[in-house]
Formats: sequence, C-alpha cells, structure tokens
Amino acid sequence: MNIPYRALAIGLVTIALSALLFQRAQAGGSHYFAPVGDPVVKEECGSCHLAFPPSMLPASSWQRMMADLKNHFGDDASVDPATARRITDYLLANAGDAGGRRYGDKLLRGTSTTNAPLRITELRKWVREHREVPAWEWKHQDVRTKANCVACHAAADRGYYED
Amino acid sequence: MNRKEKTLLLGLTLALASAAAQAAPRDDLLAGYGVAANKADPAFAGFSAARGEAFHRKSFAGGKADTPACTSCHANDPRTAGRTPAGKTIEPVAVSASPGRYGDPAKVEKWFKRNCHDVLGRECTPQEKGDWLSFMLSR
Repeated sequence: MNIPYRALAIGLVTIALSALLFQRAQAGGSHYFAPVGDPVVKEECGSCHLAFPPSMLPASSWQRMMADLKNHFGDDASVDPATARRITDYLLANAGDAGGRRYGDKLLRGTSTTNAPLRITELRKWVREHREVPAWEWKHQDVRTKANCVACHAAADRGYYED
Repeated sequence: MNRKEKTLLLGLTLALASAAAQAAPRDDLLAGYGVAANKADPAFAGFSAARGEAFHRKSFAGGKADTPACTSCHANDPRTAGRTPAGKTIEPVAVSASPGRYGDPAKVEKWFKRNCHDVLGRECTPQEKGDWLSFMLSR
C-alpha cells in the first residue's frame, strides 16, 4: 500500500499547532476591560489598531499620548482639535486610575500613575502575563505585533482578554 | 398593482434614492479634485481609472519602509479586504464591495493625507487622488 507519509506529516503538524494555539486561547481566568463605547473614539482610535480600553492605562498616559498624536508610535495620527478634545475627555474619564474604576486595577498594579507609560505592552503586569508566549508566536503572520490583541484574545474587541 | 408589487416598487425607489444620495457627495468630491487638477496643470484632461489602478499597485520609495504601496495595507484586488500592520481588517476599498465608502469628503481627505504621507512621503496631487478614486468607483 502506498501511504502518503508527507501529507500525513503535514496534517499532524497542522493539527498540533492549532491545538497549541487553541489551548493558549482557552486557558486562564477572566480579564475584562470595558471596550470603548464612544463611537467617535472607537472610529478614530480603532481604525489602525484595536481601540484599546482606556482602563488599560492611567490618565497621565492618555494625556501624554493625546498631546503628541503627530508622533504616534511612528505614525501621524493627528485629528482636528474638536475631535481630539472629545477623545481626550473620554479617555481621561475612563482611565485605569479614574475614580471608581476597577477593570484596570490588576494591570496597573505596580505602575506609577505619574510617569505616564505609553505602551500597554511595557506594563510590568502585561509583560508577566505574556512571558510564556514564545518568540515565534509573536512573529506568526497572523500576529506580527504585540498590539494585535485579537490575534490570540478572540473576544478582545468585546473586552475579554482571557489567556 | 398588488401589495407585493407595491412593496417591491417602494423598496426599489428607496434603494435608488439612497444610491443617488451617496453618489452626490462622491461626484462633488471628484469634481473638486478635477478643478484643483486643472489649476495645477491646464493640460489636465480628466481622470483615468486605469492610471488609478497603476497608482494603487505602484511601489514608492519616499514613504515609510514598511508601507511602500497602497497595497501594503489594502488588497491588490480592491474588492477584497485589506489589513493594517496592527492586524485590523480594512473593508474593501472598491465601491462595489463597500457601497458606503467615499460619502464623507472630510473622511476621504483625512485618509488621503495620512496614507499618502505613509506611502509616498508627501501629499498626493489632486490628479492622483481623482485617478485613484475613479479606479475605486469603477470597481
């Protein structure tokens, strides 16, 4: 009998890789960050990347970011003054350290609320939570950047960031 | 005319009306680019979807290294979806596939400004904008 070893091997490797990714997507507790609700903020902050939940950064970070949209991680993301004001108001009102917030509590633990970190992916807690993700997964063509939350957290756009 | 036919007629009328409502701002936008193109070059003889198609796929050296062409993010075939470097899906840029596009001139200008700087390292000329838009309207 002629057994197609090559095809079988490719199939097995594919199944194994899918299982690995699936397992990573399934495991873990509940990490909820309320998604952006304002339609203007969602449109302006969510065209190029996921509109990151404001509770993931302290107010000082959002203030610093909105003050320099011309140099937004290498892109010119400037908007007109009225839009900028509306976005800033929303982000500040819903920032991780805004009064009564709790979604961002864990993520911001150990983060100074005054030194205004700009990258969510450099928060101590974020780094720790993602320490087991191997380099090849970050480079995977469906991921490519740490800002691409939905690549692994399928429900990120609804606020759920389970492992 | 029975009830079903009446409903169908009403539906068709509404569909036509909404298509016309969306076509108007696009026509104005294109006409505006035409006036500007004529100002820049008195020999300007109208937009060309074929030139727009070539522009859409051309590689430029003046912009950012990771986005040398429109097709770095938008699909080669404008009727299919594209993808941003951060992994967001971009709805198709061809009007046949995304009928709601290009109805808001401010939005069109906003994205021309951003994307032309990223791809070409400069603003696009009115003729480049009009050609590209004509290509998208023809698809």
